[in-house]
Amino acid sequence: MRLRTIPPSAWIGMAGIALAFVAAIFAPWLAPYGEREVIGQVWEPMSRAHPLGTDNLGRDLLSRLIFGAQTTLFVALAASVLSFAIGIFLSFFAAVTRGLVDQGLSRLNDLMMAIPTLIFALVVLAALPQKLWILILVMAVLDSTRVFRLGRAVAMDLSVMDFVEAARLRGEGTVWIIFREILPNALSPLLAEFGLRFAFAVLFLSTLSFLGLGIQPPDADWGGMVKDNSDGIIFGIPAALIPGATIAALAICVNIVVDWLLRRTSSLKGGRDG
Amino acid sequence: MGDDRTDGSPRGLSPVARLILQRLGLSALLLVAVSLLIFIGIEALPGDFASTYLGQGATPRAVANIRAELGLDEPVWSRYLDWLGGALTGDFGASWASGQEVSGQIASRLGNSLFLAAIAALISVPLAIGLGMIAVRYRDRLVDRLINVVSLAAISLPEFFVGYLLILFFSVKFGIAAFPATVYPGMGVIERLEMVALPVATLVLVVIAHMMRMTRAAILSIMSSQYMETAELKGIGALRAIIHHAAPNAVAPIVNVVALNLAYLVVGVVVVEVVFVYPGMGQYMVDAVTVRDMPVVQACGIIFAAVYILLNMVADIISIVANPRLRHPR
Repeated sequence: MRLRTIPPSAWIGMAGIALAFVAAIFAPWLAPYGEREVIGQVWEPMSRAHPLGTDNLGRDLLSRLIFGAQTTLFVALAASVLSFAIGIFLSFFAAVTRGLVDQGLSRLNDLMMAIPTLIFALVVLAALPQKLWILILVMAVLDSTRVFRLGRAVAMDLSVMDFVEAARLRGEGTVWIIFREILPNALSPLLAEFGLRFAFAVLFLSTLSFLGLGIQPPDADWGGMVKDNSDGIIFGIPAALIPGATIAALAICVNIVVDWLLRRTSSLKGGRDG
Repeated sequence: MGDDRTDGSPRGLSPVARLILQRLGLSALLLVAVSLLIFIGIEALPGDFASTYLGQGATPRAVANIRAELGLDEPVWSRYLDWLGGALTGDFGASWASGQEVSGQIASRLGNSLFLAAIAALISVPLAIGLGMIAVRYRDRLVDRLINVVSLAAISLPEFFVGYLLILFFSVKFGIAAFPATVYPGMGVIERLEMVALPVATLVLVVIAHMMRMTRAAILSIMSSQYMETAELKGIGALRAIIHHAAPNAVAPIVNVVALNLAYLVVGVVVVEVVFVYPGMGQYMVDAVTVRDMPVVQACGIIFAAVYILLNMVADIISIVANPRLRHPR
């Protein structure tokens, strides 16, 4: 792939994603103040000392935003990687084994998808204790239904191809067929889907935190910061909008890159509109 | 699905009627399965209301007492059947937290939520379909690209961000819209509409981009199909081709898009209600989840799921009825 063929919009998207990850990884060195350090008055306006002002408890907003990147990106990434692992494995397994296993898994998937994700998450989180790994697991399991549907469709298409048939006749095992024949060929649509799932995970986590059911205070995360500062809105204090805009910006960046990836794969296939 | 072309089926039903009946049965089955999942599935999860409720230092005796009081010591199946029987007659039991009847609360709040979603749908559906058609008409030209970029950005915006942005500008800076969106029984329709202006605007903004992009994709896939090419080669005008060939086939995908987004609206109200402190189902459910008030959570969960399933079912039925290939079987 030549670098020059990447459109400027995709560069902007990738730069935005890189910025967020750099902020997350180097948070302790980049943030001017500590995550929970109270350093001033409540909701101070933007100033040289506090480029984004302070939050509802007098903590530096920029510092919390940078530390929040850590939590938000880690949880979203962990949840989307896990949901992919679950969804891809089960869907490929279903597509390769066929028969009763496929029927069972697909119907279960249909059932889970018949309940809106947020509602399902609310019901499950009401019953489970509030722990970080439980949150990640719930997000991953709920999201894996979408991955399962795509993965099964892709794998079904591929598994009737001649080279899979040949591998089967050669006497290769199911696992070998999944990893050596199907996965490499399914990679590019799955990569685009991974981007979408990650953007969705960021938005979903932020929504849960905003509703008070995601990351628990005093840990900083972007959705929770919106909730913390939302009382300021009626006094005209825009502190809640800054983490909100950050979430939106990251999601937009991911979507731009995914859009480019999808266009690229569809033009590779040589469609009529290519 | 469409391979069933035998004329005069054994039961004398047309294929359309048979498909619709199948779809109705499937939805009923799905609803029962969802109720099982929401009730029994939740019971199977680790974590117990009684011990969460009383905190770490609870004595086993106190836990046993509260379990008996809430009826948690009975076997799960009998409780499920009780709950389902009650739910079917509109009785969801009493809230653990407040002791009030859940049904009474839901009755007034469900109406509020549906009102919000319905107004948002009335505005967003025609707008989204219109914009989608414009995007197709000026495909790959500036307008289409502009719509594409703006809608890509819009689908990435979280509901609460849009909501607070609107509040900051329209109620705090300009003071022309109401916040919080308080409604109460006996309020006039005009007043009510004024109150929900911002929540509705938020929902419309959030859902419209999605709907528009899907409409565009649906129409484009029809326009590039073989029968449209044939129509073009046959030499009939573009307008006639669209009216006679594209439109009848486009109904089903567009109805699907609309229903999918209406279903999304029903869920979207949860966040929007919390942002605007609007007394609807969503806020009721979120509050109940925070205090682990299971009867309320389960009741709200099953109602949201039922509305969602119902909307999807209606969409499927409309697309079955609208499908020319099914209506005129060969």
